[in-house]
Amino acid sequence: MGSDRKPIGILRFLGTNCDRDIWKAVQSVGLEPQWLWYQDRFDPEDYSGFVVPGGFSYGDYVRSGALASLAPVLGCLKEANEKGMPILGICNGFQILCESGLLPGALLKNESTRFIDKWVKLKRVNASPYFSSNEEINIPIAHGEGRFYCGESTLKELQDREQIWLRYSDNPNGSVDDIAGILNANKNVAGLMPHPERAMKKWMGTSDGYSFFASLADGGLQ
Amino acid sequence: MKVGVKVLPRPEVLDSQGRAVEKTLSHHQLKINQCVMGKYVVLDVDATDEKEALEQAKKITEFVLYNPLVESFEMEVI
Repeated sequence: MGSDRKPIGILRFLGTNCDRDIWKAVQSVGLEPQWLWYQDRFDPEDYSGFVVPGGFSYGDYVRSGALASLAPVLGCLKEANEKGMPILGICNGFQILCESGLLPGALLKNESTRFIDKWVKLKRVNASPYFSSNEEINIPIAHGEGRFYCGESTLKELQDREQIWLRYSDNPNGSVDDIAGILNANKNVAGLMPHPERAMKKWMGTSDGYSFFASLADGGLQ
Repeated sequence: MKVGVKVLPRPEVLDSQGRAVEKTLSHHQLKINQCVMGKYVVLDVDATDEKEALEQAKKITEFVLYNPLVESFEMEVI
């Protein structure tokens, strides 16, 4: 299954901590994971897709994701985006993609100012061509800065261009329009705060996260 | 030459930290109209005059220290 596909690059920064979970998730759908260190430069053609995992890159200094977005590896990730390759950012990875300009908006401190770690129900609003999911998803969140924010004009663009990917059924953090995940205009870049890699098998709680990675094996670019 | 950069959340953005401080103060009977939380960054730059120092600080601030979507900044030579 998918063994002829090029590897999936997993970005790692100082403070990334969900990298091994992503490694396992990628392996479990039959794809080959490969580490990309934050100081690395790479040729996008050597990969079939990329995941930016969660964690606390650079200790969340300045703003979460701000310093990681300036790392050399991000320069190459932007080249991969220009080629329309699939890129998935989870939690801190989502924050990094927003800070780097690959996705619009920003992730701010939760409305409650508390770190929230719990299972949430999500509704798929628009499908991602690379990271598929059921219409209703139950996967965990674990973040202190997950309140998605964007201005009114950007929100309207997101709505009109079908870039809202996932919404919380019960908004836990004060995100604008209950947004849990978004897509870029070309739909090749996707970012979400919840963790699909923590819900890959039934014994983990649910297996709702499995399809996010399985579809990459089916439809990722060669 | 040192430049102080004040970065504050934009008024239209909910400042959850400031709000939390407001609540705590009110629990201690300390009256306050509003608390806005930001950060203060001191940059020591090589510059011959204040204008040049502020120009350098502005460039650095716009590069990484603030996010124009949610924050604004002010600078002062200190």
